Amino acid sequence: MNTTAPMIEIAAVNKWYGAGFQVLKNCSLSVRRGEVVVVCGPSGSGKSTLIKCVNGLEPVNDGTIKVDGAAVTDPSTKLPSLRAKVGMVFQHFELFPHMNVLENLCIGQEKVLKRGASEARAKAQALLERVGMTAHSHKYPGQLSGGQQQRIAIARALAMDPIAMLFDEPTSALDPEMITEVLDVMVSLAQEGMTMMVVTHEMGFARKVADRVVFMDRGEIVEDTQKQRFFEDPQSDRAKLFLSKILSH
Amino acid sequence: MKGWHWDGFFEYLTNAYLLEGALITLGLTIFSMIFGLMLGFVIAVMRMSKYKFLSGPAYFYTWIFRGTPLLVQLIIIYTGLPQMGIKLSVLESTLIGLTLNEAAYLSEIVRAGIAAVPRGQVNAARAIGMTEFQVMRYVVAPQAFRIIIPPLGNSVNGVLKTTSIASIISMEELLRRTQVLIQEKFLVLELFVVAALYYLVMTTVWELVQRRIERRFGRAFEAQASEPASLGEQR
Repeated sequence: MNTTAPMIEIAAVNKWYGAGFQVLKNCSLSVRRGEVVVVCGPSGSGKSTLIKCVNGLEPVNDGTIKVDGAAVTDPSTKLPSLRAKVGMVFQHFELFPHMNVLENLCIGQEKVLKRGASEARAKAQALLERVGMTAHSHKYPGQLSGGQQQRIAIARALAMDPIAMLFDEPTSALDPEMITEVLDVMVSLAQEGMTMMVVTHEMGFARKVADRVVFMDRGEIVEDTQKQRFFEDPQSDRAKLFLSKILSH
Repeated sequence: MKGWHWDGFFEYLTNAYLLEGALITLGLTIFSMIFGLMLGFVIAVMRMSKYKFLSGPAYFYTWIFRGTPLLVQLIIIYTGLPQMGIKLSVLESTLIGLTLNEAAYLSEIVRAGIAAVPRGQVNAARAIGMTEFQVMRYVVAPQAFRIIIPPLGNSVNGVLKTTSIASIISMEELLRRTQVLIQEKFLVLELFVVAALYYLVMTTVWELVQRRIERRFGRAFEAQASEPASLGEQR
């Protein structure tokens, strides 16, 4: 595979909900290998929908999306095997509530990647240590705090050895004191060179590790710039307004 | 007690022929529930399909089997079908009739259970690369099953009693055997009170079993921060 080719390539994507409402308008965006791209914008701007299109959880009506050279939008592409290579973290964690932490981390490894039980378990233990959750391996998701659940969710995605990670508002459902523990894990991932596409309002995270910031509004990608430029000199009025609102205090 | 014969009552209470009838009732219940649940699951999944050629027949099936009495279905299967050369034994007819009928009701229960599993769970399962079958097998079905245990228990209770309808096509279950014994001493009241007690014992035992099953599948949710909802203000 050509290493200079983008890991995620979104080209001229359009998407409608029903007949009338267009959620994505001619969106194009690419994420290179090892790059961290933060996608922000007001609620309803289509950013969550866009990231769900990347691994085909949401279908698009028009345009193409490629991940590591494979076209997600091509009906002949086998989505399960493509998704197994791309980790995703959700706003509401979505751990499997009927499985304990260890089982949550092993199920994909065993059933999708066909790893043996002991290999999966060893991998899970290593990841639990990495996210600081070793002591909780036999608890059920319902017994954990939001921040703990989200760290497990990140570990579950990492257990599949993904080539890229998608984060869909990973801290939006968390109490303020739990946001840092999740962001710390994400920052270390970014610093290790993981390719990441992150939908978030955490501008501190963007400043710290993002390579680029993409600003969306009403289904359009309004800005796609280096982070320095986005924070210091946003070009569009809509981005200026957005920044003034979320950075005012 | 005037008109009531204790000796007759106790004799029937320990009657091996009746007891065997109760066991047959139990067997009919178990097998028609198992087969009905399997068929009901298939019907439910078909019904939820976006393809008309799957959801259409599934809807038609539940429409027919919920819309006509089991009694009529049994008579059609046992007495009517031989006219077309399809001859089934009493046991076969009973099991097929109960299963087909129960599957129609169970499919609706299963459908409600599957629909109650949050959409985000399906997305999460797909996102780690599971196939649609794996999503159902490992993520949706186990969670749906926990949700439908109470209505499922209701169905088991219902089928335990509904099996008595098969006595009409001479299926020798509890009720049929009770009726046969009338000829013996004409102690109708004693005999039928015994039959009622047998049914009551079976439904009561099931109730206890169901509670255990609920506890087992609720394990993962017990320790959760929020208490289960209960009516009435706590003081």
